[in-house]
Amino acid sequence: MTASATVPAAPVVARAAPGRYGLVLLAAAAFLLLAAAGYLFPRWLTFLLTMAAGNGLVSLGIVALMRGGVVPFGQGMVFAAGGYTAALVYNKLGFTDALGLALFGGMAAVLVAAPFAPLLSRYRGIFFAMLTLALSMVTYGLLMKLDALGGSDGFNVGRATLLGQKLPDDRVGYTLYLLTIFVATIAAVAMRIFFDSTRGLVTLAVRENELRVEYLGGSARHAMAINFVVAAFCAGLGGALVVLSLGHIEPNFSFWTTSGEFVFVAILAGWQSVAAVFIASTVLEIVRSFSSAYFPNTWQLALGVFLLFVIRFLPRGIGSLWTKRRGH
Amino acid sequence: MNAVVTILIDGLTYASWLFIVAVGLTLVFGVLKILNIAHGSFYAIGAYAAASFVAWATTMKWAPGFSIVAMLLAAVAVAAVMAPLTERGLLRFFYGRDEVLLVLVTYAMFLILEDATKLLWGANPYYVSEPYGLFGNLHLGVQTWVGYDFFLVALAVVVGVAVWWGLNRTRHGKITLAVIHSAEIAASMGVNVSRVYMAAFSVGIFLAALGGAFTAPMISVQPGVSVGVIVVSFAVVIIGGLGSIEGAAAGAIIVGLARSLAVHVAPVAELFSIYIVMAVVLMFRPEGLFQRIQARKI
Amino acid sequence: MLLHVDRVNKRFGAVVAAADIMMVVYPGERVSLIGSNGAGKTTLVNMITGYLKPDDGRISFDGRDVTALDPRAITRLGVARSFQIPQLYGDLTVLDNLLVANACHDQRLSFWQPAQRPEAIERAERLLERFRLSEHRGRRVAELPGGVRKLLDIAMALTGSPKLLLLDEPTSGVSAEEKFPMMDTIMSALGHEAMAVLFVEHDMDIVERYASRVVAFYAGRVIADGVPEAALASDDVRRYVTGALLAE
Repeated sequence: MTASATVPAAPVVARAAPGRYGLVLLAAAAFLLLAAAGYLFPRWLTFLLTMAAGNGLVSLGIVALMRGGVVPFGQGMVFAAGGYTAALVYNKLGFTDALGLALFGGMAAVLVAAPFAPLLSRYRGIFFAMLTLALSMVTYGLLMKLDALGGSDGFNVGRATLLGQKLPDDRVGYTLYLLTIFVATIAAVAMRIFFDSTRGLVTLAVRENELRVEYLGGSARHAMAINFVVAAFCAGLGGALVVLSLGHIEPNFSFWTTSGEFVFVAILAGWQSVAAVFIASTVLEIVRSFSSAYFPNTWQLALGVFLLFVIRFLPRGIGSLWTKRRGH
Repeated sequence: MNAVVTILIDGLTYASWLFIVAVGLTLVFGVLKILNIAHGSFYAIGAYAAASFVAWATTMKWAPGFSIVAMLLAAVAVAAVMAPLTERGLLRFFYGRDEVLLVLVTYAMFLILEDATKLLWGANPYYVSEPYGLFGNLHLGVQTWVGYDFFLVALAVVVGVAVWWGLNRTRHGKITLAVIHSAEIAASMGVNVSRVYMAAFSVGIFLAALGGAFTAPMISVQPGVSVGVIVVSFAVVIIGGLGSIEGAAAGAIIVGLARSLAVHVAPVAELFSIYIVMAVVLMFRPEGLFQRIQARKI
Repeated sequence: MLLHVDRVNKRFGAVVAAADIMMVVYPGERVSLIGSNGAGKTTLVNMITGYLKPDDGRISFDGRDVTALDPRAITRLGVARSFQIPQLYGDLTVLDNLLVANACHDQRLSFWQPAQRPEAIERAERLLERFRLSEHRGRRVAELPGGVRKLLDIAMALTGSPKLLLLDEPTSGVSAEEKFPMMDTIMSALGHEAMAVLFVEHDMDIVERYASRVVAFYAGRVIADGVPEAALASDDVRRYVTGALLAE
């Protein structure tokens, strides 16, 4: 029955309009909590959470596409687009505002994705995955060879400013953390609203029965093209934010293994809960950090086993642990 | 003229080991409907195993020529050990699930095998260079080619013929073809489908390992070898058509020549020439050159 | 006229699914398409709704040539269909399925307007009432019995207030005693609309009761077209469709 589903479908967890105020309040509370906690956390932890939030944005976009029944294996392309744009704008144009750079990154990613959106919107399954993979690897190949973009070494990005303020040594980590968490929270709320919207519902319908959508007057292709562009914007934001915190960009951002990790997080999260995406991203960062430090030869093994476990026993992702199914 | 010959021979050499690997990948997809990301991992394990077996053969004071046998044995050993382990021990729990989900399962396998390989063989590179000199050198005009490269081409042809013959001319092969067309109908006619799956998967792994084993003398065998092989072999089977043997051959030749052309003529395109071809094929003829599976489009 | 099928032909290899089909439908009619399996009824429905393209001939709807249009375009012009095997969203609730239909029909899809906003829910609820499905509104569709699923399938088709509704075997898969009540429900639910209805049906009692006109098919051809009393009494129909002639 759900032969077209990548992971088993989940019922709509929709909220009526009054629930929206609750959503915004919840998000604001979460942001304040994280902001306060981040003030107290050691530096490595705020850095880890910054990476988790930035990378999580990419996986959030993947979830938008998975709700439509496709799994992109090439989000590295738009992630790199966002990152390289931020880095280039910083270095070549001298524009250093972090928030602005993030937005530039998002928009650049949209520009890169938009020409391919109508094409990709016609594919499903393996072919969608392979085409996105191919495009991201073409990007990787280009980035490796274009010396103007730093070639295989990539290049460094200096310290950003925020809203005109220079960021002193002891503040920069926390400030970038705040910014990234802030952008992630806004994106999370926006995506939740998008998922619950009429477009979001049509997307879910496309996943389960495209033909009926067409027979009801909807357009599966429009829906998926838009999802692809929205996912690109999120990935571009993430790419820019990650680059600002890392201080460095390189072609590996577009390599297929990078894309694979974003997919891993999306699968781990499932697509009921937007918060789950960021939690899953944090889990990945934690596993990556600790394993790299203590078990450098087994962290991929741990990830692999983890992924298998999730696919087998928690096919709706960790988000399903706390979201209720609608209906009796 | 020289340049053309160089490009052709380079391309053909590259295409040879690529074909051996890709035909295994396409076979596994055709029968089990699994696009196996870990296929590249088996290639790497084959290379490592070859390194070990050849080293062992050397310490056993075997004649140098026997290193070829050692490499072959390595590939067989890899298939014999890994096939039951991965197919019975893991993949069969996910049969029948969505094809993209299965890709993710194989992605998890790839992650696990990457580290498993590192644990077994360590992170330092291995060099298996002795067999590379076994076939001497060939002098054509001003160019010198290594005989081993031509051996590889010959091996690819043998593999291609063997797989084709095995599928089309033997009883087991025809049963496999039936399963490729419809596992369900084959099962209802009394075919032991899970045995066919097991056999096909084993052959697939063997071919991946064979590609790895015989390429080992040409590369440095180290962690990360699998990563490059995976995407390139995907490109080949997509271009040729998933599930098609002829497609794997055509795809390998196209990819080999594209890369060779890029390397010699336009080095800036070296890395992405393959993927441009893959993307173009997906855009205009997603079933690949030798149609087998229909692309799901609306 | 609302629908004009003009000399439509369709072959699948050696099989003639439609041979020179001519048919006209006016607003408000309740036309039953009858014929044995393989006679070409569903093929015609598929061609009218754009899923298949005829080999030649024309189909016009509401004055427009729709022969080459795809299902989405035809739906947007005011044609809707239900399916022999209900095409539903199994993991969603009954209400959500109608909200999906509502959203798909929407000309102005929104990035932020909730799918579950009050007006949409109210419209869905009213539709559920007409089909007597209100009690099932919160239930997951995959868990529903066959008859309810069929009704929901039809209700979804009605979401866009179509001018022409095609029902593909609306009572198939439903037990004999349930057929009439189900048809009653459907017809009374439709009765509010001044639309034309084409329904493919095998049960002649249903046809007699609910159709204002009968079009009979055999081997891709129309063999009778008229009021039920006349069409069902014709020799061709009795020979090729109802089998009544065999009994004599």
